[in-house]
Amino acid sequence: MKGFPQAAREALADSQQRRNVGHATRTIRAKRAAVVGEVPDWEALRAAGEAIKRSAMARLDELLVQLEASVQAAGGTVHWARDGAEANRIVASIVKAHGADEVVKVKSMATDEIELNEALAAEGITAHETDLAELIVQLGDDEQSHILVPAIHRNRAEIRELFRRTLQDTEDLTDEPAELAEAARRHLRRHFLAARVGISGANFAVADTGTICVVESEGNGRMCTTLPDVLVTVMGIEKVLPTFEDLEVMLQLLPRSSTGERMNPYTSLWTGTTDGDGPREFHLVLLDGGRTDVLADPTGRAALHCIRCSACLNVCPVYERTGGHAYESVYPGPIGAILTPQLHGLREGRTLPWASSLCGACYEACPVKIDIPSILVHLRGRVVRDAAERGGLRERLSGERLTMEALARVFASRRRYEAAQKAGRAGQWPLARSGRIEHAPGPLHAWTAFRDLRPMPRQAFRDWWRTRGS
Amino acid sequence: MRIALFIACFNDTLFPETGKAVVRILERLGHEVVFPEEQTCCGQMHANSGYGREAVPLARRFVRVFGEHDVIVTPSGSCAAMVHDAYPRLAELAGDERLAADVRALAPRVHELSRLLVDVLGVEDVGAYYPHRVTYHPTCHGLRLLKVGDRPLRLLRAVRGIDLVELPEAETCCGFGGTFAVKNADTSAAMLTDKVRAVLDTRAEICTALDNSCLLHIGGGLSRMRAGTRAVHLAEILAATEDDA
Repeated sequence: MKGFPQAAREALADSQQRRNVGHATRTIRAKRAAVVGEVPDWEALRAAGEAIKRSAMARLDELLVQLEASVQAAGGTVHWARDGAEANRIVASIVKAHGADEVVKVKSMATDEIELNEALAAEGITAHETDLAELIVQLGDDEQSHILVPAIHRNRAEIRELFRRTLQDTEDLTDEPAELAEAARRHLRRHFLAARVGISGANFAVADTGTICVVESEGNGRMCTTLPDVLVTVMGIEKVLPTFEDLEVMLQLLPRSSTGERMNPYTSLWTGTTDGDGPREFHLVLLDGGRTDVLADPTGRAALHCIRCSACLNVCPVYERTGGHAYESVYPGPIGAILTPQLHGLREGRTLPWASSLCGACYEACPVKIDIPSILVHLRGRVVRDAAERGGLRERLSGERLTMEALARVFASRRRYEAAQKAGRAGQWPLARSGRIEHAPGPLHAWTAFRDLRPMPRQAFRDWWRTRGS
Repeated sequence: MRIALFIACFNDTLFPETGKAVVRILERLGHEVVFPEEQTCCGQMHANSGYGREAVPLARRFVRVFGEHDVIVTPSGSCAAMVHDAYPRLAELAGDERLAADVRALAPRVHELSRLLVDVLGVEDVGAYYPHRVTYHPTCHGLRLLKVGDRPLRLLRAVRGIDLVELPEAETCCGFGGTFAVKNADTSAAMLTDKVRAVLDTRAEICTALDNSCLLHIGGGLSRMRAGTRAVHLAEILAATEDDA
């Protein structure tokens, strides 16, 4: 792991990616703004979405047991997975029990998170991604850079080259979207018809009915959930909703926030198995993977309310410029910056809480009102305190910590504060001779690498105030 | 009206002209300004950088220094937002119910300058004259935490002689973000480049805002480029009169 500052520095230099991500996020932002603007009760819907998620998380234990009973009553099998490794073992054993060496997959963040494809490959099983953008990432041996549009960092010309290199009968392919989609369709059809096992994630799971819901644009997901004999769904435990009625709110919030559409083209709902229709066997794998640890943090737990719409990515001025790879996680952008470190008990993504200017655009756009800036600040505090507790002497003597502690002492006393102002004025003269500081030492060098610094004027405001003799 | 000035340490130390401008505007409007000299820093840098515990004594100090005042003004959107938005959470972090209660009582009396003028004092025309081409950047904490809306623009439109031009993609962050500007300097600079491009596209001489922190960043970028466009705090525009011209 490079950490965000370094990974971002490299990403910022990729002019092709800057253009691709900038163009794509601007387009989605405008679409979202238009369809959100036409809903008169949008703020009430957001509040309802937040309330549903908050109440679901407050009784998650009870809802999961209810979901298990509902799914079993409808003919499905439920598996509990403590972590990604356990979930991967469960899925692999189901696939092998049916003698399959290929599976087709619906786009799913949970299976990306646990690296299911890699785990299946180690067992001799090939997983075919069927979401167009996931397919582009898989064919290019690339990495996802966006929650909704994993290949957002690629443009049409690049995708055309990739398809010509990796798919059959593509010599005459142009970069027209319809032609690119057709090439993918021809490639995927063979897999849809051959696969005996389909694997999906879940946007929502309804506790009182045992219904799983997947929302998509292409219809490829529905092929995976209906054609194969066996369907395995891997879902993070935070995806559960109490009742079917709760979908009414969520299915209004999600597509408008996500793709900027009033309604997405395909909404698939299934409840266990049905004779003569769809898969004959259904397995639901409930994944913890650090989520109960997130739930234990009263401030940080709102990150579990996320419905993976990616509106926060599209409005984020940091994400728009760095793209998703700089976050070094399957969850990029503002939501990734609060989710990744928490899911890994602060062992990974420790620089991510600082990957934000705290501008608040994410909070404004979030359909379930996750106060991402406040959680970022909270996590900064957790990382700083964790480092102080575990880091020993070297951490306690780090430049940043010593500076912050010294400044806290300066600000705690008027006398020290005024003395520091005087000392600063006296100390800056070698730097400020030209009337602007162009090269500052220490941590301020990072400032003057890009911007001039204004020198301290001869008189602070308080000195002037005293001269007024008021 | 007797109004206490919360200058913000940043303005006190680096931008005294902004503080003088606030005094000039309010006195011109017939109000009395007082400056509690015990004030230092509200603790925003500490709180936002992961040193919330170190910021708690500064919040307690702020409440002690300003507690007796009925109307408090600050020429900083982010420092006003610190009191309104972050102090309650600091009190919670410290488990200090007394501080929480003090903040609840005090925060409604702490006003960012444009809100004080428009909402509390009920004025939009403060009698200013400023014959320059100006564009306004809405800083994020003023925009999204304090929800100042178009109040600063209403104040600017009432300035005589001003040529006020709209900033494209105005609501996009300039990339300052406090310690973000040094901890993620490359990303901050990429955001600054786009903001500066938008400012220069307006052909304005002056970029103004509610916060000198963001203006230090934007102005520092403009200065490095020798762009010929300056950053000036809103208060300094509103304070200017024909006597200055």
